[in-house]
Amino acid sequence: MSADDPFEAIKQTFFLECEELLTDLEASVTALTFGDGDGETINAAFRAIHSIKGGAGAFGLEELVRFAHVFETYMDELRSGRKTCDDIAIRAMLHASDVLADHVSYARGLIPSMDEERSQTVANELRALMDDGGPVVAAAAPEPNPVEDPIEAEFDFKPVMFDFGDDADAPEALPPEAWVISFKPHKRLYETGNEPALLLRELARLGPCQVTLDTSELASLAELAEPAACLSWRIVLDAPVEMEAITEIFEFVEGECDLVILPKSDPLADVAEGSADEVDIAALLAAATAPAPPAPAADEVDIQALLAMATAPIAPAPAAPAPAPATSAPATNSAKAAAPAGNAPAAAAGGQASIRVDLDRIDKLINVVGELVIQQAMLAQSVAECGIAASSTVKVGLEDLEQLSREIQDSVMAIRAQPVKSVFQRMPRLVREVADMTGKSVRLITEGESTEVDKTVVDRLAEPITHMIRNAIDHGLEDVEGRAAAGKPKEGIIRLAALHRSGRIVIEVSDDGRGINRERVRKIAVDRGLIVADANLSNEETDNLIFLPGFSTADTVSDISGRGVGMDVVRRSIQQLGGRISIASTPGKGSVFTMSLPLTLAVLDGMVVRAGGQTLLSPLSSIIESFTPKEGDLHRIGARDWVIRFRDRFLPLIDTGRVLGFSKPDSPEITGRDGIAIVVENEGGSQVALWVDDIQGQRQVVIKSLETNYRKVDGISAATILGDGRVALILDIDALVVLGRQQANQSEFKIAS
Amino acid sequence: MTKKILTVDDSRTMRDMLMLALSDAGYEVVQAEDGIDGLETLEREGADVVITDINMPRLDGFGFIEGVRANPAHRGLPVLVLTTESSAEKKARAKEAGATGWIVKPFDPVKLVDVVRRVSG
Repeated sequence: MSADDPFEAIKQTFFLECEELLTDLEASVTALTFGDGDGETINAAFRAIHSIKGGAGAFGLEELVRFAHVFETYMDELRSGRKTCDDIAIRAMLHASDVLADHVSYARGLIPSMDEERSQTVANELRALMDDGGPVVAAAAPEPNPVEDPIEAEFDFKPVMFDFGDDADAPEALPPEAWVISFKPHKRLYETGNEPALLLRELARLGPCQVTLDTSELASLAELAEPAACLSWRIVLDAPVEMEAITEIFEFVEGECDLVILPKSDPLADVAEGSADEVDIAALLAAATAPAPPAPAADEVDIQALLAMATAPIAPAPAAPAPAPATSAPATNSAKAAAPAGNAPAAAAGGQASIRVDLDRIDKLINVVGELVIQQAMLAQSVAECGIAASSTVKVGLEDLEQLSREIQDSVMAIRAQPVKSVFQRMPRLVREVADMTGKSVRLITEGESTEVDKTVVDRLAEPITHMIRNAIDHGLEDVEGRAAAGKPKEGIIRLAALHRSGRIVIEVSDDGRGINRERVRKIAVDRGLIVADANLSNEETDNLIFLPGFSTADTVSDISGRGVGMDVVRRSIQQLGGRISIASTPGKGSVFTMSLPLTLAVLDGMVVRAGGQTLLSPLSSIIESFTPKEGDLHRIGARDWVIRFRDRFLPLIDTGRVLGFSKPDSPEITGRDGIAIVVENEGGSQVALWVDDIQGQRQVVIKSLETNYRKVDGISAATILGDGRVALILDIDALVVLGRQQANQSEFKIAS
Repeated sequence: MTKKILTVDDSRTMRDMLMLALSDAGYEVVQAEDGIDGLETLEREGADVVITDINMPRLDGFGFIEGVRANPAHRGLPVLVLTTESSAEKKARAKEAGATGWIVKPFDPVKLVDVVRRVSG
């Protein structure tokens, strides 16, 4: 987007607005699908389509305008009640919304080509519905004949490009030399805010005008209630302009005045013009003092003819002193200002006020606030090290400052928070498409659409959710026969839910399908060498094998779930957001995919620990508990593996410093050092314990990317700067567990060989 | 004196386009997002010309114009409707509500300014 091209900037605004309008449209249609809609819902859908069409026209997006027009026309039929909004109508609306969205995406350059055939088919579907089941125009017809097609015929909407260049329209044919115009405004003309003086001025722009005001109907000043409606004008326009140029000027006042336009060469006009001076000026002047002289016979003919056409004859009347040809709209500007606005509920509040802010500005603000928080922590630490008394004003002031910085940080983060609605609302269409492709009958239920999360997280949620939903329909749900055999309702249910849980957002995608076939999963995992043949896995661990790279359970690689793209990709994209994913499945009942993600990618609540001489940060969200093990809690398994007793269970124990390579190779074994065990939960929900030297406390830190500033480090997700200025690495618990396992396996391998 | 124009449209795109065309032509522009907002803005800010969309949430263009005309102070105020439909019916309804004239969307900015000038002097 170029800042110096306002037109291009508006076009971008238009596409953003289209996004919102399409979302509104989808929401309206979805509401109608579930029978939640009413007249206003249809109205809202109509408005959305109408606005898209309006904007598209301004940018010359003809195909989009054309389709939107048909859709809009159909919605207007529904809105007016001429057509009923039944299942067939809703189906057509669903298809049309999808095609409209495609047209927008195509116009925006987001998709490389437009499925014209589909667009035509859907447009014809709508036309057929409007024709009351009449003949459908052949789907293949690329350009419907505008005459044969009633909608196309009525389609007089011609997109013009928004052009700031000069208007070069000029009359071409040879028009009459001059015109005679007779114009008598009605009261209504003034009431609609029109102004004869302005109309006359417009006429004068066309060429030299000879204007005559007829005040003959003007009542005496005493009876002057609505003087405006008593005035009439006759204009001789001495310019060879087209008739249209004149009618265009009077376009808005058609029906609000008596208007006769005749070429001067016309016999009627000719006579009229010839009489103008005598009748209008001389006669009026004379009328003021004496009875009007008998008019020439020719004049009578002319005037009669003119008056007959004008429908309101000018009756001779005693002439009052004529005011100057109107310079301001009489009778209308007299009232006092600030009367309460008529029949509208003026008390209604202006809705939620909002402003649009460039994302860069917010990110800059977040960055600076992050620095502020770090700086504040560093200052607090320096003060603490000075040994200032806790009651001192410096200390108290610092505490207030800490409180404030925390509040600023929260508020700034809230600016970036957005409801997941925008992502969820894209899913009904996906479900429809996948259901159509697989021939399954599917109903999507969404919950918690208003759950808020950082914009970056929202933006990056669409892909994994899309993948999981496709997967759930394609692999999770049985086909119609399968469901019947299992005694389930024909319609499969996919549930998409979002909720906040302990400072994270949890997104669940569940289905009521067949569940995971554990035997098959296990067999595939063994076949592919992902696990050893006699591996002892819990049900949960077996289910989670599907997240391993290169795992695909589909019998046939279908178009829907993609080719060679498995759940490992989903897991990776979620991990990149600092999230984790797991699956829980009940054979025959269905599966639940659970994603848990941080609410923001900018700050993290963590526990500062030390291991292998390094200061590390463990994300608080993964910590279950920490404790100092008693004698006998630690047990060695094999050569280097340790387990720890935790609430009557034994958990694998990972020596953090050693796994990350911080501890010296000759450092004593776990049992030889004092330490603390931190019980954490990994993505699969299984628990392990991390062995650290000590815990220094809980802290909220600003995340600094390690990859941008240094490089990716196994077992570490990012870095941060602590209050004392030290850099602390943030542990990636899942990666750390994997790393620990790999090292254990390697050492076993070494010992075995 | 700079003339002030109130634009009433629920579409941001359309408001921006009107703003661009009108401010380029030297007009001062105030904006409202629907009929109710339009009436409130008109009372608060005043205007020399009003341009309004027809299809809007809360209060549509026809209702808005009737609201404007109901105030005697605004009886002579030029009010133009923006309409994609150039159908006689829409124009007739707009006229009935008290509209001064209309602008057919999509508008050519030169023509838009021309129409505004035509009704406002």
